[in-house]
Amino acid sequence: MEKKIQVQDETFDLRSEYDELRSVSLKIGAVVTFTGTVRDLNEDESVQVLHLEHYPGMTERELDKIIDEAARRWDVIAATVIHRIGDLYPGDEIVFVGMASQHRGDAFAACSFVMDYLKTRATFWKKEKTTEGERWLTTRESDEIAADAWG
Amino acid sequence: MTVKIVFFANLREALGVDSVDLHISGSSSVSALIAQLADQQSPEWLEMLTAENIRVAVNQDMINEDVDVVDGDEVAFFPPVTGG
Repeated sequence: MEKKIQVQDETFDLRSEYDELRSVSLKIGAVVTFTGTVRDLNEDESVQVLHLEHYPGMTERELDKIIDEAARRWDVIAATVIHRIGDLYPGDEIVFVGMASQHRGDAFAACSFVMDYLKTRATFWKKEKTTEGERWLTTRESDEIAADAWG
Repeated sequence: MTVKIVFFANLREALGVDSVDLHISGSSSVSALIAQLADQQSPEWLEMLTAENIRVAVNQDMINEDVDVVDGDEVAFFPPVTGG
């Protein structure tokens, strides 16, 4: 399996990430990609920044473990996870997960699994900054349930 | 012997510090290390570092029970993750 894990300030290009996944092997018959974007949560408050902090080193290790676990459960030929850090704004792309497999069932499941595990295990923290002040986001119970559902 | 302690997110802000180099004699359990930190800093540290939602990692691996740390180890304390 080919793995690519990046934690970066810069945005990413969907087309080039997709092309890179496809270029790994001609056995690939399905590429499923997920892109997470920054929502505008507080429409009443102007100037909103979503600040992303992470634990350098541990984050990459956790993402590596999550991809390995996905590859243990499903056929995965190539996997890419890119997560942005720093200050992001509503509409910005924040996370990319791309999984390439021989067949779509594996690619869909692996992509969904990696996102669910990333949400509950990868060491990132979000802080929202608005004109009203700053607040750290808290874990959503639905994310825990989604991750636990994989068993 | 020295252990590097690091903090993240709202815990880091509440403690007002990113990291602390803690001198320990021989090996020390994580719980003993927390007690030593609270002694050196302030009693509030004990409460904040042992809060129910605080996660602990040793050398960048999550731990679920008390373990011993040795010279050069990195111990991290942080709240539940919220990425993605």
